[in-house]
Amino acid sequence: MGRYALQRLLGVIPLLFIVSVLVFLFIHLIPGDPARLIAGKDATLEEIHGIQEQLGLNLPLWKQYINYMGDLLSGNLGNSIRSGIPVTDMLESRIMPTLWLTFLSMAWALVIGLLIGVISAVYRNKWPDHLGTLTAISGMSIPGFWLGLVLIQIFSVELGWFPTGGVDSWKSYILPSITLGMGIMSMLARYSRSSMLETLREDYIRTGRAKGLREYVVISRHALRNSLIQVVTVAGLQFGFLLGGSVMVETVFSIPGLGRLLVDSILFRDYTVIQALLLLFSTQFILINLIVDLLYGVLNPKIRFSQ
Amino acid sequence: MSDNSAVMGTNSPIPGEVIAPEKTKGRAGVFIRKFSKQKMPLLAAFFVILLFLIAIFGPFLTPYNPDEPNYDALMQGPSGAHWAGTDEYGRDILSRLIDGTRLTLAVSLSSVLIAGVLGTILGLVSGYYGGWLDRIIMRGSDVLFSFPDLLLAIGIVAILGPGLSNVVIAVAVFGTPSFARIIRSVTLSAKETLFVEAARSMGAKNRRIIWRHIFPETVPSIIVNLSMKIGGAILAAASLSFLGMGAKPTEPDWGAMLSMGRDYLSIAPHIVYFPGLAIFLTVLAFNLVGDGLRDALDPKMKN
Repeated sequence: MGRYALQRLLGVIPLLFIVSVLVFLFIHLIPGDPARLIAGKDATLEEIHGIQEQLGLNLPLWKQYINYMGDLLSGNLGNSIRSGIPVTDMLESRIMPTLWLTFLSMAWALVIGLLIGVISAVYRNKWPDHLGTLTAISGMSIPGFWLGLVLIQIFSVELGWFPTGGVDSWKSYILPSITLGMGIMSMLARYSRSSMLETLREDYIRTGRAKGLREYVVISRHALRNSLIQVVTVAGLQFGFLLGGSVMVETVFSIPGLGRLLVDSILFRDYTVIQALLLLFSTQFILINLIVDLLYGVLNPKIRFSQ
Repeated sequence: MSDNSAVMGTNSPIPGEVIAPEKTKGRAGVFIRKFSKQKMPLLAAFFVILLFLIAIFGPFLTPYNPDEPNYDALMQGPSGAHWAGTDEYGRDILSRLIDGTRLTLAVSLSSVLIAGVLGTILGLVSGYYGGWLDRIIMRGSDVLFSFPDLLLAIGIVAILGPGLSNVVIAVAVFGTPSFARIIRSVTLSAKETLFVEAARSMGAKNRRIIWRHIFPETVPSIIVNLSMKIGGAILAAASLSFLGMGAKPTEPDWGAMLSMGRDYLSIAPHIVYFPGLAIFLTVLAFNLVGDGLRDALDPKMKN
C-alpha cells in the first residue's frame, strides 16, 4: 500500500506544477498588457508603470512565476481588480454556499442513482429497467439551467413553496440541489446498473442463490455491497462535474457562491479573481481524484498489489 | 472486434482484392441490423435527421421572419397564430427556434469534429510510437482532464473573449483528450495484431501502417465517441451562451433565447420553456443515437 500511495502522490506533483504554470500564464495569455487591463481604460502611462512595478510585471516571466508561487504558498492571492479586496477574503466568504450545494447534490444523487441502478439491474429488460434507463438518459440530457428555471417557475412562482433564490434558509438549497444533482444522479444510475449486472453474474451470487438465500439478501448483502465500491469511486470522480455545474446553478438561483463569483469576475474582467478560482477549482479537482484513487487502493486489494 | 472479423471471414470467400469492399459491406450490414433492432435509438435517429432537414431548409419553414419584432404581439402565450408564442420583442419563438437549429448544429458539430480530428491524430501517434511522445501527449491530456469540463471552457472563453467561434474552440479543447485516450488504447491493441506485423515485415512505412491498417480499426470508436460527445457539446455551448459568454443576445441561439427569457419567467414562462425543450430533446436524441451506435458498433465500450 505504501508504494502505491507514494506513486500516486508523486504522480500528482508534476500535474499540480503544470496546472499552476498554466493558471499563472492565464493573465499573460489574455490579449493585451496585463498592467493596462488592471489599470483600466482611462489610466495614464505613469499609473500603468506604477502597476507594473508594484506587481512585478516588468520582471522576466520565470521570476514572476517564482514570486507568484511564493505569494501563493504564503496565502496571498492578490487583490481583486474590481474592488481591491484581497481575493482570499472573497473566496472565504463565498465558499460555504458552494460546499453545501455540492454536498447536498451529491448526497441525493448517490442515493437515488444507486436505487435506480439496482432496480434496473434486478428487473433487467422489464419495464422498471426501461423506465430507469429513460430517466437516466433524460437526466443527462436536460440542460441544468433550464431545469432550474422550470423548477423556479413551478415551485417558487406558481406554488410558492420555495424561495426563488438566495441562501436565507435550508429551503433555499432544495431546488438548486435537485438541479445540480440531476446529471450526476443519471450518470450514477447508469453506472450502478451496469456494475450490478456484472456483479450478478459472479459465482458467489450463484452460490448464494443455490444455498437458498432469499433474493433480497443476495441482492442487498452480496451484490450491492460489491458494486458499491465502484459506484462510490465514480461518484467521487464526478465532483469536478459538480463544480462546473455549480457555476450554472448558482447563476440561476442567485446563490453567492464560488461559481457565481467566477461568472461575475469574467463578465467584469476581474482577472486576479478568475485566476484564483481556476487554481482553486483545478487543485481541488486533482486532490479529490487523488483521494478517490487512494481510497480505491485501500478498498480494493487487486489495485494495490498489481502495481 | 471479434464478431466483426468473423463477419469479414464469412463474407469474403475469395481472398485477395475483393476483401476490402466486402469487408465494409459486411460491417455496414451487421451494423444496420443491430442498430435498427433498438427502438429508442432508431426513433432518435429519425429525430436527428429531421433536425438536419430543419437546419438545411430552415428559411423556408419559418412561419414568420425570426428577427422581425412585432410590438402588437409582445410575450403572447402559445396560440394558433404563434404555436410557441412570442418573445419580449414580439418575435415568433417557433421561427427563432427553427432558425437557431442551424446555429446549434453548426456549433456542436464543428467543435466535436475538431476535437475528433485532433484527438484521433494525437491518439494514433501516442499509441503507435510510444516513448517520450506518448508520455508528453498523455501528460497533456491529464492536465486538461484536471480542469472540470465546463470550467475549462469558461476559462478559455475568458481568455479569448465571448462569441460563438470562441465557444467552438473551447468545447473542442476539452473534447480532445477523451478522443486521444480512446484512440490510443485502440491503437495499442491494433499495433499488436498479425496484420500490422505482416505489413511491417513487408516493409511498409510507419505512416502507411498507421493510416491503412490501424486507422480503419479505430473508426468505430471514433464514430461512437463523436456521437456521444455531440449532446454534451450542445449543452456546453448552450450553457456558455446562457452565461452571456457565447452567442450575442440578438442571435437566435437557443441558450441565448433562454437567457433573455429569464427576466420574464413569472409573466411569460413559455419564452423559457420552448428553447429549453428544444435543447433537451435535441441532446436527448443525440445521446440516444450515441448509445445505440455504441451498442451496435463497439460493445466493448459499454461500461
